[in-house]
Amino acid sequence: MLIRRPSDILPSEITPREVYLNRRQWMTGAAGLALAAALPGGLEAAPLQAGKSPFSTDEKLTSREDVTSYNNFYEFGTGKDDPAAKAKSLKTSPWTVKVDGMVGKPAEFAVEDLIKSSALEERIYRMRCVEGWSMVIPWVGFPLADLIKRVEPLGSAKYVAFETAYRPEEMPGMDTLFPVLEWPYVEGLRLDEAMNPLTILAVGLYGETLPNQNGAPIRLVVPWKYGFKGIKSITRISFVDKQPPTSWNKQAPSEYGFYANVNPSVDHPRWSQATERRIGEGGLFVKRRPTLMFNGYAEQVASLYTGMDLRKLY
Amino acid sequence: MAGRASAPGAKGFALPQVPKILVYIIGFVPAVWLFYAGIMDQLGADPMRYLEQALGLWALRFLVATLAITPLRQLFNINLLRYRRAIGLLAFYYAALHLITYLVLDQGLDGAAIAADIVKRPYITIGMATFVILVPLAVTSNNAAIRRMGGQAWAKLHKLVYVAAIGAVLHYILVVKSWPLEPLIYAAIVAVLLSYRLFRSLVKKPSPRRRTA
Repeated sequence: MLIRRPSDILPSEITPREVYLNRRQWMTGAAGLALAAALPGGLEAAPLQAGKSPFSTDEKLTSREDVTSYNNFYEFGTGKDDPAAKAKSLKTSPWTVKVDGMVGKPAEFAVEDLIKSSALEERIYRMRCVEGWSMVIPWVGFPLADLIKRVEPLGSAKYVAFETAYRPEEMPGMDTLFPVLEWPYVEGLRLDEAMNPLTILAVGLYGETLPNQNGAPIRLVVPWKYGFKGIKSITRISFVDKQPPTSWNKQAPSEYGFYANVNPSVDHPRWSQATERRIGEGGLFVKRRPTLMFNGYAEQVASLYTGMDLRKLY
Repeated sequence: MAGRASAPGAKGFALPQVPKILVYIIGFVPAVWLFYAGIMDQLGADPMRYLEQALGLWALRFLVATLAITPLRQLFNINLLRYRRAIGLLAFYYAALHLITYLVLDQGLDGAAIAADIVKRPYITIGMATFVILVPLAVTSNNAAIRRMGGQAWAKLHKLVYVAAIGAVLHYILVVKSWPLEPLIYAAIVAVLLSYRLFRSLVKKPSPRRRTA
């Protein structure tokens, strides 16, 4: 499984991208490899091999059906069922992630190369949406720290900025009379948050490549923060020295902070964050459960915020 | 009320008159379907939220429908006045179901959480106030109340439906993130329906006979 490439020579520097993508499509197609399904259209889910992780929770999983049909992905509309209905139009293959900014080795990674060159892990994480609901999702991915180490950030880099694909022609929710957000969707983390072992780039869930509505082909998962920090369908990761703008913070600064740590004692100005509904639990008669500080990951991440007033830096 | 039921002019649409009970029966179809689908776990991943929002939306739709009846008659000579009471009461019943869903299913009758919501959350405060406004309107939506109060006082009281409509769209806008289109569309419809009345009252000197609320 683990075939590490030397990170300083990219395949794209040797062979033109179209050529190697083409060749690989042909090869994988001929060999009948499961990953082939992910390459041509990116529509079919392909199985992924992933090891277990001590960071996984043993809580009951939210069903695959719910995880893949109840989504916030405003590029495809604001309805919870819009992404599942409309995200098929997103072409996820070929797909590259550009890594630039204050790094020693800026690079452009093809997602399939990232998948092949990373030790994929299953990470079963709680996901708490800022709207007051939660899920337990078996992601497949690799630590963001692994990618960061490959590009060798400079000492001046203090933050990591992320950007979603900007493709109005493939993302019908972007092309509306009043855009709900300023596009493209952008997010950011402090470098130490990005390096935390809990922070992953997910390329799959439930043992298969990501469905488009969940942010295919590659997305961020930061389990101690509200779900909107988990930027989807990433095309660019930049290392910067100043706190980067983030989409929801730009939209409503008093409601969505840069940090957006799950915190039951700091309410959203318009609703309480003290409790949450676990999706798939109880149906119509769902019982609210108390929301946990840092979404239950305080042990791993609380030290990142010592001395900070989390009421002000929400 | 009843005397105005038939269209005043001969040129008006000859609408087939259906029994009012049919309005109630049709009006309750969404509620019955929603509860049935909810029990059968057919409302998606977050059925409680779906039910809650759908009931609220239907309340708003019926509220908008009652406000549309006067302009439809005055501008297009379409007379649906005989169904207005039923539609208005449906708005109230849906608002009540929406509120009950919030109290029982959403908050699990947690008094402290509900009280905190009402005090601290503007959209809940506005939603509750809107429901409170609808109560006297529903209670007086019968001929006996009109007789007891007198038509003028009754019509004056029922002007509160304008306030309720504004409250309902504000409640809707405040509950969503960002500015999605749907609540804004409802807000625009309510704005048009209310400014029509304002405009008409400014342009036309209200004659003492005309008491359309």
